[in-house]
Amino acid sequence: MSVLTEEIVEEQQSSLRGALTGYLARVRGGDIGGLPAVLGLLALVVFFTVMRPDTFATAFNFANLLNQSASIIFIAMGLVFVLLLGQIDLSAGFAAGTSAAVMAVMLTQQGRPWPIAVVVCLATGAVIGLTIGGLVARLGVPSFVVTLAYFLGLQGVMLYVIGEGGTIPVRDSTILKIMNSNLAPALGWLLVAIVIAGYAWVTLSSARNRRRAGLPVQPVAAQLFKIGALAVLVIVATLLLNQERSRNPEITSLKGLPIIVPIAVVFLVALTFVLNRTAFGRHIYAIGGNEEAARRAGISIDRVKITCFVICSTMAAIAGILFASRDQSVSPTTGGSTTLLLAVGAAVIGGTSLFGGKGRIRDAVLGGLVVAVIANGLPLITSRSAVQFIVTALVLLFAAAVDALSRRRAAATGHV
Amino acid sequence: MTDSSSPLLRLRGINKSFGAVHVLKDVDLDVYAGEVTALVGDNGAGKSTLIKGIAGSHTFDSGSYVFEGREVHVHHPRDANALGIEVVYQDLALCDNLDVVHNMFLGRELAGGIVLDETTMEQRANETLRGLSVRTLASVRMQVASLSGGQRQTVAIARAVLWNSKLVILDEPTAALGVAQTEQVLALVRRLAEAGLAVIFISHNMTDVFEVADRIATLYLGRMAAQVRADEVSHTQVVELITAGRSGELGLAPNKETVA
Repeated sequence: MSVLTEEIVEEQQSSLRGALTGYLARVRGGDIGGLPAVLGLLALVVFFTVMRPDTFATAFNFANLLNQSASIIFIAMGLVFVLLLGQIDLSAGFAAGTSAAVMAVMLTQQGRPWPIAVVVCLATGAVIGLTIGGLVARLGVPSFVVTLAYFLGLQGVMLYVIGEGGTIPVRDSTILKIMNSNLAPALGWLLVAIVIAGYAWVTLSSARNRRRAGLPVQPVAAQLFKIGALAVLVIVATLLLNQERSRNPEITSLKGLPIIVPIAVVFLVALTFVLNRTAFGRHIYAIGGNEEAARRAGISIDRVKITCFVICSTMAAIAGILFASRDQSVSPTTGGSTTLLLAVGAAVIGGTSLFGGKGRIRDAVLGGLVVAVIANGLPLITSRSAVQFIVTALVLLFAAAVDALSRRRAAATGHV
Repeated sequence: MTDSSSPLLRLRGINKSFGAVHVLKDVDLDVYAGEVTALVGDNGAGKSTLIKGIAGSHTFDSGSYVFEGREVHVHHPRDANALGIEVVYQDLALCDNLDVVHNMFLGRELAGGIVLDETTMEQRANETLRGLSVRTLASVRMQVASLSGGQRQTVAIARAVLWNSKLVILDEPTAALGVAQTEQVLALVRRLAEAGLAVIFISHNMTDVFEVADRIATLYLGRMAAQVRADEVSHTQVVELITAGRSGELGLAPNKETVA
């Protein structure tokens, strides 16, 4: 290793400036993480705000945007698990649609209570993932082919489940609430306090443990900066969302965090925990990085692979519930069209590599927001869907190119 | 180190065939704790088959496998690991996208409940590296991708000794390294033996072999040509053993060879 890197590592542990230099060195070395997504998100928000200050940059549209991004983000969070292995799941969109269709049939046609319908919906997703994972891991069929077959097959299953009617309405009030109601502003603030305090506690207590154990610690200033940045972000967002968004507040009041936001935060935290703090998560990264090394280390490759596909399809089933809740119905196109492409795009834009071994759950959230901002902002500027398709495609290509380039740069400088 | 009375590992009359190919023929091998035993031989002499058998990746067809004085049966790498045998393969089997600590504990992570115990793992990784007098790593939280060849080799070896292992098998650890890094790794191999471990060191490089080995075991076409103390033979004699199976009085009897 060069003397320069050693100095950077040493410095990193001593001062805030050092932490910053270390970060910049990593970025230059190709370890860009979520940086392009953050910059892209900022640029897009500024662009649309300048172009359409009265329609885009409103609290109403902000809440709308979060709702639009939710289902893409959930599918993308599941896809991260599969992408980390270096695999792909092309069927996640229709796994969402199929699971939603099963739920809608149970709710509307069979009149079952919502908890049973939801459990069966999730089980549908899990079974889809289990069979995909089995074919990929045990038989060794490439996941691209298996999930391409599922992409077609699940469309058929969906048509079969939905039947001749074409569209099944969903009227269950609990399911509808998920995408169509808000937290009371006070409850929102309580949640914000919990999130900030929780993050601060995790950051500071892990630093304290490391210091006690005599291990190098991030500078306190850097820790406080991270906590502060999160606090500002969360507080500003909540301030915006707690404003009255309704055009006629006398008839219906619309304010507070959309309920889907705390739900998404819970999944973000839980899945991040699984990836970063459990042996199972560590094994996923290991398989994505060097499958042979993982096998020799005694990791059960098949079991990890199958579990990842189950997680992916189950997350898709959750996204299916969100689709059903937002559209208040399930049709044969639910989860179809560009859903899957946008979800894969979201994960990749966020910084998850298509080559495996690199990615985080928060990538899915960041990338999902980028995708949603484009999908939300472009129609305000042009009504031509030709433009919308082309722009979204360009953004996806750009993200994949950044991934490939940063990988090449990383290979040259020795980062991954 | 010369007075090791009984070997840690004693193989007697080992045979192994793959189909019609008789790869190992009545091979004997003694490996002593606190010593480096170099295993040399030309390509195809059976070195890899022998170590894979010791490590449990293959099963020997016949012969006795005695470890710490007990006859053992090793049919799976897990059996070998349980005995305290670790192999560092030539390709090292490291994950580039994980850091040093993650790689050292891969597959055997320490956890409290389901939560990984990163602090203890990092401490133990540091201790192990310090115990091996490794000063070439700035931080154990560096990704393996950013390490040099010698550093990677160091991490792979440190992983092998992390588990209180008794026998470490190194498959050509210096093959891909430059001069300075080769020196570092050879010094590390020496320190393993000084720490009381038995080391089997496979190499094609006679200079490296004579630098670290206490004993040299030479395989020739699947037979153990000779197992000698390194200070009792010359460079030339070992090369003759490798290429011809004998050197003067040492090695396989000439008639035996004509039979083969």
